[in-house]
Amino acid sequence: MTSVFIILLGGVFHAAVLFLVAAGLQLVFGVQKILNLACGAFYALGAYFGITAVSVAAALGLPTALFLPVLILSGIVIGLIGAPLERLLRPVYRRGVVYPLLMTFGFVLMFHDVFRYFWGSRPQTMSIIYYLAYGTIEPLGAQVPVYNLLVILASVVIAIGLGGFLQRTKTGRIIRATAENRDMTEGLGVNVGRIFTIVFTVGCMLGTVGGALVVPSSVAALPMAIKLVIDAFAVVVIGGLGSMRGALAGALVVGLVQAVVTVVMPEVTMLSIYLIVIAVLILRPVGLFGKESI
Amino acid sequence: MNVRARGAPASSFRSLLPNLGGLWLFIILIAGMAALPTFVSTYTVLLVVPIIGYGVALLGFNLLFGYTGMLSFGHALFLAIGGYTVAAMTSRLGMLNFEMILVVAVALSVLIAIPVGALCVRYSGIFFAFLTLAFSMLFYSFLFKFYYITGGNQGMSVSRPLLLGREFDVGQTAFLTGPFYYYALVVFAVLGIVMWRIVESPFGLHMRAVRENPDKAAYVGVNVYRVRFAAFIISAIYGAIGGAVLSTTVGLASPELAIWTHSGKLVFMTVLGGSGFLAGPVIGAFIFAFLQNSVMTVTGYWRFLMGAILVILVLFAPGGITGIVNKLVARWRPGRR
Repeated sequence: MTSVFIILLGGVFHAAVLFLVAAGLQLVFGVQKILNLACGAFYALGAYFGITAVSVAAALGLPTALFLPVLILSGIVIGLIGAPLERLLRPVYRRGVVYPLLMTFGFVLMFHDVFRYFWGSRPQTMSIIYYLAYGTIEPLGAQVPVYNLLVILASVVIAIGLGGFLQRTKTGRIIRATAENRDMTEGLGVNVGRIFTIVFTVGCMLGTVGGALVVPSSVAALPMAIKLVIDAFAVVVIGGLGSMRGALAGALVVGLVQAVVTVVMPEVTMLSIYLIVIAVLILRPVGLFGKESI
Repeated sequence: MNVRARGAPASSFRSLLPNLGGLWLFIILIAGMAALPTFVSTYTVLLVVPIIGYGVALLGFNLLFGYTGMLSFGHALFLAIGGYTVAAMTSRLGMLNFEMILVVAVALSVLIAIPVGALCVRYSGIFFAFLTLAFSMLFYSFLFKFYYITGGNQGMSVSRPLLLGREFDVGQTAFLTGPFYYYALVVFAVLGIVMWRIVESPFGLHMRAVRENPDKAAYVGVNVYRVRFAAFIISAIYGAIGGAVLSTTVGLASPELAIWTHSGKLVFMTVLGGSGFLAGPVIGAFIFAFLQNSVMTVTGYWRFLMGAILVILVLFAPGGITGIVNKLVARWRPGRR
């Protein structure tokens, strides 16, 4: 019972982080129709920068207990890099799906060396002090770091905030209108270029915040930029391209399946995820929450 | 104002200007590569051998992407199939006959490409890219995790194969730059000419029609699904042969062959050289390999530069090197302005 609980909680933790990255991917795809291969690079960027930000904060004498807000803030700040990258993408939107995709692949290559230049090839870790800074609790006799619960909470808050932003604010409505019909929205006098910049930057921030949140429990390493893309893509395919609810459902499926399979049969973790992906693509290619029109 | 000019009959001068999509460019490349070992150092030749492997794979990839308009982001799957076929047959099963290996690699790739292709080519655009990526990552995770079959992340080593039943009693470098180089080059040349026949056939025309406008192509009677499926199978065969050559050169088949960034590298090379031209991707492979090599001698940060080049390419020269030259040639042509 206890072990099942730990496994499931681990799965939800993983799902919470995956959701953030996948939500960024979905937002960018839904509005700009770009498949962003660099989402994993943003995630890694957030992780690396988070370590640096926390160590700087520690050097400035900030109390350890405040490191979670520092991490989230660092993710938001470094996520601003999405704005200049979006400017680069702008000329190729109208050239079909291939060229924007390729450009984001170029970003992946460039970020890889940026990480190596600033943080070196060796994996970077954050002191365990931070991971356990908020202590552990023992529900059902299992030891769970409070940090994991806080990350899940943060992810839920971000999800609700994002949903509220898209559903209830004026900018959110304009973003949804742009996703629906770009030309019509532009025709009604909306500065679509500005909307795209906002969307891409927010998408980027979701990735960097996700990376920053995961790093205390894990490491920042070069392969994570490439590995995460695999998981994030699985999430959006299972959930349905361009759908936020889909990102949530997909992240839960991938997170939980991964957590369970890793324990039961570790060899087939990734295999099981991709079998689900392929099954979804065959049976319901638009994903669980995708629109039929794609 | 351009309508009449474009419709005007070709002047004699215009017909003298070369068509960069033609076979001649490919033949010049092959001839140049055949003559290469007499002019350059062994090291440079060693650099060219993997390019032949990539060249073969890219001929096929170009059929799918350049001619049929299907962007596969999982084409490395078939390179991995070819690579692991060589490795398994030479080092595990002790079958060293390279012709036999190629036949088995082709058979395996077709066997896998039929179900994968049947599922994937139902979609185009982003979904096709997604699906192919999913299948290649499925294979990647198989290679990575089932280490007792595949050697895991260590990969599987490739023993030296027999070429035309002959054994060569020379060092590895001498083997690769000597007999194997010419052997692979002949394979490459033959496959290139076959590819030329394919793209210049009515079937090739169907492919281009499907690329330009699938709905219209279907309307005039092209079986879009079948054309895409055939392009997928043919490109898979080329991929497996290319992968077999590549792994023999490297001496190792590793899971990295199947990872999605390797597929990205194939796309990069194709776009760099110019997709939709027969020799374009091969030129792209050359430039990629030599650029990477020369940058690597200066700095370890070659990925940054390659990424930047890709970004610049997408922004300013989506047609690649061949596309740029083609544009310049077209500007020279009378009757255009």
